[in-house]
Amino acid sequence: MAASYGLGLKRPSAIPGFGLALGFTLTYLSLIVLIPLAALVLKSATSGFWDTVTGARTLAALRLSFLTSLFAATVNAVFGTIIAWALLRYRFPGRRLLDAFVDLPFALPTAVAGIALTALYAPNGWIGQWLAPLGIKVAYTPTGIAVALIFIGLPFVVRTVQPVLEEFDRELEEASATLGANRHQTVFRVMLPTLMPAILTGFALALARAVGEYGSVIFIAGNMPFISEIAPLLIIIRLEEFSYPQAAAIGTAMLMISFGLLFFVHLIQAWRRRRFGND
Amino acid sequence: MTDAAIAPLLVAPIEGPRVTTERPLVQVTLIGVAVIFLVLFLLLPLAAVFVEALRAGLGTYFAAITEPDAVAAIKLTVLVAAIAVPANVVFGLAASWAIAKFEFKGKSVLNTLIDLPFSVSPVISGLIYVLLFGAQGYFGPYLQSHHIQIIFALPGIVLATIFVTFPFVARELVPLMQEQGTQDEEAALSLGASGWKTFLKVTLPNIRWALLYGVVLCNARAMGEFGAVSVVSGHIRGKTNTMPLHVEILYNEYNFAAAFAVASLLALLALITLVIKIGLEWRYADQIAASRRH
Repeated sequence: MAASYGLGLKRPSAIPGFGLALGFTLTYLSLIVLIPLAALVLKSATSGFWDTVTGARTLAALRLSFLTSLFAATVNAVFGTIIAWALLRYRFPGRRLLDAFVDLPFALPTAVAGIALTALYAPNGWIGQWLAPLGIKVAYTPTGIAVALIFIGLPFVVRTVQPVLEEFDRELEEASATLGANRHQTVFRVMLPTLMPAILTGFALALARAVGEYGSVIFIAGNMPFISEIAPLLIIIRLEEFSYPQAAAIGTAMLMISFGLLFFVHLIQAWRRRRFGND
Repeated sequence: MTDAAIAPLLVAPIEGPRVTTERPLVQVTLIGVAVIFLVLFLLLPLAAVFVEALRAGLGTYFAAITEPDAVAAIKLTVLVAAIAVPANVVFGLAASWAIAKFEFKGKSVLNTLIDLPFSVSPVISGLIYVLLFGAQGYFGPYLQSHHIQIIFALPGIVLATIFVTFPFVARELVPLMQEQGTQDEEAALSLGASGWKTFLKVTLPNIRWALLYGVVLCNARAMGEFGAVSVVSGHIRGKTNTMPLHVEILYNEYNFAAAFAVASLLALLALITLVIKIGLEWRYADQIAASRRH
């Protein structure tokens, strides 16, 4: 492999423009992404990273962000898989329209989603008014946060499971059936294990997105310290107090969570390639 | 026998009505669960935006979206997208040209770094620029002494928007251009075309639909971004408020009808984005297919 690059870092090519294209790419990437992110890590290292991150209010916010995200991503993993299955395997009126709407959370600005969900789930809202007599409060509680996170995370699971299910070899299902498995056994013993890497990837992507989500959550959350105050909101509060190192510390802790999840996704992909071959 | 008479006989056993599908009762249940979930979590919130926007009547609706602060917010949102989207298009073209047309060391690292902004919280995307250019940031004293304002002004909003929409164009183009290879370009070059001419006349037509696809998604996010812009904007009414921030201010003032009226414009943008996206996916599936596979 190394020999094919000759003495340089690049394999010789007849196509022009490598220097210009790569030079521009690296400069732009460094200026917009890498240097600013480095500044964040640097700032958090200047004073008391641990003291901030292990402070009671920060811990409560990080825990709330992570647990509500975990719950939302789990709901999305289950229902996202069912939705991907129903949209792909069955024919029913409105199927293509619903399939198109799965991407709505990607396209709808988060602030719009936030006020819309609050309008629905507030005690006098379309859905909230039916839940209120039952003693269920959704808006302005952690449950409300979970509802917003379910909304923004749904497409991740559906859109990662769909292509894998679409390419699933139907002959495997037939083979399983001819060997005497009933449908339940075929689905749970043959199909789900193959879909599992995709479901887990979608789960992790939804989780990563949910942990950092801000716009759709703050309207419905109530934002009470220690109860319904998410980590991104605490960053903004610290910034408004001009406590830059504290804001940077919380930001760095969240980055570490996100990168941990990203690494998890890479592990799943590598495991899938080893187990099921290249896709 | 005619072909039409044979066809069902050939097709029917392969379809296998029972062994590779679920019992009708299970099917109906799963469809029901999927439809109820999608209606409850996706369609109802969307419907709520338009119903709440029009609740106080058309007069209030049009007053809310033509009021000076709202118009200023709309103008700013369009201006920011008009700077951020072309910037990321140029970057996307350069990055995909380098990654797809050449073999070099560190390519996979570069690919991963391009996707990095997607895994960063929007609030952090704004925070990093405050840490650099804010009053107490690394370059704060220098900027202040030269009377340059980045944070709480247009440049900061543009920077934060560029950051959150950074990967959109590149991630559509890189896989497609990798799939297309370099044969077309090599042919053009060997026939005497210059590098720029090859790019404009050969590469660009090959990737135009994927480029449009990336631009549409990039634009939707640029115009709708809230968290990152909220950190750097300073929320100065009529000056540094984008549409999503204007929605927030109106909402926090309990001016719900106006908040939902402005929100309905953003929801409309989301619907138009979805329609173009689906249209491109159906019409030009093969030319944007590479990016849809992951």
